[in-house]
Amino acid sequence: MTSAAIHHEQHAHDDYEPRGLARWLFTTNHKDIGTLYMLFGLIMFGVGGLFAELIRWQLIQPGNTVLDPQLYNQVITLHGLIMVFGALMPVTAGFANYLIPMMIGAPDMALPRLNSWGFWLLPPAAVVLVLPFALRYFGIGGGPIDTGWTIYAPLSVQAGLGVDFAIFAIFLLGASSLMASINIIVTIANLRAPGMAMMKIPLFVWSWLMTSILLIAVFPALIAGAAMLLTDRHFGTHFFSAAGGGDPVLWQHLFWFFGHPEVYILLFPTAGIMSQILPTFARKPIYGYRAQVYAYWVICFLSVIVWAHHMFTSGMPVAGQLYFMYSTMAISVPLAVLFFCWLATIWRGSLSFETPMLFALGYIVLFGIGGLTGLVLADAVADQQYHNSYFLVAHFHYALFGGPIMGVIAGVYYWLPKMTGHMYSERVGKWHFWLTMIAFNITFMAQFFLGIAGMPRRIPDYPLPFADLNMVSSIGAFMLGASQLLLLYNIVVAWRGKGRTASDQVWEGAQGLEFTLPSPAPRHTFTEQPVVA
Amino acid sequence: MPNQLPRWRTNRRLAWSLTFVAAASLSFGFALVPLYDTLCRLTGLNGKTGEAATVPAGDADLTRLITVEFTSTVMPGLPWQFQPTERRLQMRPGEPAATTYVATNLSGRPIDGQAVMSVTPEVAAIHLKKIECFCFRRQPLQPQETRTLPLVFFVSPDLPEDVRTITVSYAVFPAPEQGSAENRSDLGREP
Repeated sequence: MTSAAIHHEQHAHDDYEPRGLARWLFTTNHKDIGTLYMLFGLIMFGVGGLFAELIRWQLIQPGNTVLDPQLYNQVITLHGLIMVFGALMPVTAGFANYLIPMMIGAPDMALPRLNSWGFWLLPPAAVVLVLPFALRYFGIGGGPIDTGWTIYAPLSVQAGLGVDFAIFAIFLLGASSLMASINIIVTIANLRAPGMAMMKIPLFVWSWLMTSILLIAVFPALIAGAAMLLTDRHFGTHFFSAAGGGDPVLWQHLFWFFGHPEVYILLFPTAGIMSQILPTFARKPIYGYRAQVYAYWVICFLSVIVWAHHMFTSGMPVAGQLYFMYSTMAISVPLAVLFFCWLATIWRGSLSFETPMLFALGYIVLFGIGGLTGLVLADAVADQQYHNSYFLVAHFHYALFGGPIMGVIAGVYYWLPKMTGHMYSERVGKWHFWLTMIAFNITFMAQFFLGIAGMPRRIPDYPLPFADLNMVSSIGAFMLGASQLLLLYNIVVAWRGKGRTASDQVWEGAQGLEFTLPSPAPRHTFTEQPVVA
Repeated sequence: MPNQLPRWRTNRRLAWSLTFVAAASLSFGFALVPLYDTLCRLTGLNGKTGEAATVPAGDADLTRLITVEFTSTVMPGLPWQFQPTERRLQMRPGEPAATTYVATNLSGRPIDGQAVMSVTPEVAAIHLKKIECFCFRRQPLQPQETRTLPLVFFVSPDLPEDVRTITVSYAVFPAPEQGSAENRSDLGREP
């Protein structure tokens, strides 16, 4: 097709492009859908963050009555569910949809209408999860789910209608994730441009392939468990009730069989982002491409056989504790491979410290701490003390915020110019980074010590000896929340075109097919298949 | 090998295969319920006791004396009294023993109860073979009615050497709704 013909076809196509609300509701364009996912995730991040601030406000001093205990339980539960399922997973899915086709030289995802379905299930899921707040206001029910994000039986079997709403939200979220995963695997399998062999695709694409495999393997187990919980609650079954011959611990097994791979589902996409960002700002190729691919496979395999390290205090026989302890420690090896490949990438590189690089380096430090403290918890003996203490809370926040959230932010800064055509404010970006790093560490380092001192999690009030560290943590949390407004500012700056115009390559060391495209990326890209060297 | 099918066909075929994998994973989630049950029964993990139809042929192990203690718990929501008739007995591995529990409905209305048994230490559980027990059978009691419930069992000679005391614990619950899944013996099988 000649260039004039393409041009003409593009214009003719544009005449049919819907505008306004219709465009966003019915779009099957991967960039539009990616944008929707990311916007949704950003809003959810704000809601989840608001809940976090409420929690820290309640805990800033002992004897507070900001939230009554039932409301407190609801807030901590929703904070967890929203951050995991409403913020982190949709944002990374947004990156996947936006970037994967561009990175492999495809015009769009393989199944565009499935893509649209996958996104549009999310807003109803969010509404369903939070609706009981409103219902309670009108006197119906006792409010949203309050069991903790892990929804343990027998409490969840007996609890109020918030649990039923959460179960339906899980069904919707599961369907959405499965659709996205199927789409991603089919896209990567079938839509790569000629010359784009599997061992040549960017590591971000690899990371999403592995994430999708894990999602398809384990999310249905959560769906099954949630269905069993629903029938236990309303249809007379007794999967989790000892009275009828069932076992509450079965829920724990089902949940964590999903729940542990879930943390790698949360991690992998941003690990992939790290492998894109670090080479750019080190002006060096990524170190250990093959090693990282193998590491992803090993982690993927191991992640489904270590789940009961979340259950060391549930009455497990010693043999079981030993096995899960050893296998959990083993999984740190391939994770360390990823980690060291990142370090080796920046080693002797020609480094510059733009905002994406700063967040990527912060990721290395904070996720490193998260990982090392995970090894402490993996010790079945130590875990008897630390299970469900603030040591655990600090560990998973270092792992989940220090890793994936920092990685998402890094990715936002990295690709925002590509998406919007304009740079963000580098000065504000640097402030955002440093304030986040400092505030985050104040908030959560204090919690490690609270855990060691014996403070359990999920409590709305605490004894006097824990007061000082709680105050420190809460002050840090307020600072952390406020700092994220700078991210919002910067997104708006780039979106509204207030910043410098971005070039095609955007960053001096950037490589990859997406950086051969104009910024902002046109609505339709690679409509003619490129040939990759 | 050149691809015979148009692109969209290949995509759709792969998409359906992956959907099938997701469905298999969902079935696996449900299958875990009987799988766990079977695994616990085979290994004796989770305090699953053993069963036997009759006392085994062969001699009792006269060199060992085991103490078996009996405890009871009435779970909340059940206005019953529930006690073992004897607190402990001494027996040898391979010998049968019989004892009873007594249940009384203290309230003024008919109530059905259901008992669940568990055994500690966990390593001993699989070696305690029940010949007759009143676990998981619905026990309807009229107001103020008292009933004696039998337990006949033996301890297999495979019991580890270092176990000298076994505790048999019954917890009695309000029985689940009539006509629901619980009353099926396959789901509510003896642990």
